[in-house]
Amino acid sequence: MSMLRIQWVAFNTIFQKEVRRFMRIWMQTLLPPAITMTLYFVVFGQLIGKRVGEMDGVDYMSFIVPGLIMMSVITSAYSNVSSSFFSNKFQHSVEELMVAPVHPLTMLFGYVAGGMARGIGVGIIVTLVSLYFTSLQIHNIWVVILVVVLAATVFSLGGFVNGLLATKFDDVSIVPTFFIAPLTYLGGVFYSISLLPEFWQKVSLLNPILHLVNTFRYGVLGISDINIMVALSMLVVFVVLLTLWSLWLLNKGTGLRK
Amino acid sequence: MSVPALVVKDLTKVYNNGFKALKGINLSVQQGDFFALLGPNGAGKSTTLGILSGLVQKTSGTAEVMGFDVNTEAFSARRYLGVVPQEFNFNQFEKVYDILITQAGYFGLTHSQVKDEAEKLLKELDLWEHRNKQSRMLSGGMKRRLMIARALIHKPKVLILDEPTAGVDIEIRRSMWEFMQELNNQGTTIILTTHYLEEAEQLCRNIAIIDEGEIIKSTSVRNLLTQLNTEVFILDLNTTLPDNVSLEGFDYKRIAEDGLEITVNRGQSINHIFAMLTEQNIEVRSMRTKSNRLEELFVALVKGYK
Repeated sequence: MSMLRIQWVAFNTIFQKEVRRFMRIWMQTLLPPAITMTLYFVVFGQLIGKRVGEMDGVDYMSFIVPGLIMMSVITSAYSNVSSSFFSNKFQHSVEELMVAPVHPLTMLFGYVAGGMARGIGVGIIVTLVSLYFTSLQIHNIWVVILVVVLAATVFSLGGFVNGLLATKFDDVSIVPTFFIAPLTYLGGVFYSISLLPEFWQKVSLLNPILHLVNTFRYGVLGISDINIMVALSMLVVFVVLLTLWSLWLLNKGTGLRK
Repeated sequence: MSVPALVVKDLTKVYNNGFKALKGINLSVQQGDFFALLGPNGAGKSTTLGILSGLVQKTSGTAEVMGFDVNTEAFSARRYLGVVPQEFNFNQFEKVYDILITQAGYFGLTHSQVKDEAEKLLKELDLWEHRNKQSRMLSGGMKRRLMIARALIHKPKVLILDEPTAGVDIEIRRSMWEFMQELNNQGTTIILTTHYLEEAEQLCRNIAIIDEGEIIKSTSVRNLLTQLNTEVFILDLNTTLPDNVSLEGFDYKRIAEDGLEITVNRGQSINHIFAMLTEQNIEVRSMRTKSNRLEELFVALVKGYK
């Protein structure tokens, strides 16, 4: 059997195992984002949004929908990989992979594909929920698809690095709680950065999630605070850097080999 | 001549805390062998097996499985290797059958390619009726057998077992021995570590004793046992032992009304004992060794090394 064939079957095996995992625990993985986002749509979109009026020329509900969808995608993709991989490390079941002829790249892609599947799946669920509250008119479907896929990839890779480096369960929640959540809330999900003083506008531009949210919003509504080409390029750079970092850690055996 | 199943040369391992687990060990295991690596806790057995299976990084030296270096040709080496670790290491929430199919997938084998093998292994190891249970629902013995089934799903040529029967009851242990012996008879090279010296004596042809990271003896079990200078037997008698029993040339003592303990030195014949007992109208019902022979030797070797 060729090595390529082994890697392909191994990739599919990891991917299917990951999908089976998040489907088995759908009450923890798929349902909560749907409920949380419904609450956001009701409270911020309908109740408060009516008083806010328009943001960047669109009604507030339409403005926040793309940001909330993107928020669901990135948090689901990240947490899927970080928690699943760390749990496999914790139970030592990752050793099943380590004793097999699985290339580090196959292992990485398998877990990342699993994270992307959950991120994109949750994104679709939240989009369907949002259709109950507003009508979505897609400005550029290719930008929408590209940014969702890239965002899911970047955050799945980030989750993988987190899972590799984590030594206890607390380590898995540190990044989502102290980095991703604040950057998301300050990343233009609920407001346009044009509302901020000039200094804070410049500071906001350092936030990668702002670029993600605005690129996705551009794909949906055709409005953006930033240059989407810069954002897409940045996502590609993140994919490359995180892939290389993950491979370096895997080859070193960080968190895996004694 | 076929390539050895395992060759280890000058293998060392120093952990990050400075502990020298292996101090340059050398080993060679031929294909088809049933080989035991014995040693007290912390001797370096699991570290050795960990390096072979890719779970532990060596510090220096080389290790080859079926002629492939476990570091530089890791993927080729791993295709020939099945590993049963000491600790349970499967996903507690996965079903028994899925664990086997997933492991096969990591070796490039699809469900359709291994479903017959999975069924055969699960049936042979009495797990077939538990195939749809989550692994956490299994008993300790079942979990041990599941790890063996998982390690065999890709039909490895070399099977590494790190204390495979630890914590299982005698009946299951015996059935696992039979299974491993059958596997070895079919050509699989088996390398095991164990604390049960009886296990090594019963199953293995060759043996290495490791202590404090060094191999202190590597030979055949038969050779090792010939080094025993004395052996103690217990004789259960059909008649009450008379007070004036005489076994000239042997050390012996009465341990019950109908029981005798006799020390036989190397070169002495057991037939001689029976002849003397028969002359005195003493009938022997059964005979057994007082303690595990290998265990005595093992203790002596490790003590002597220290």
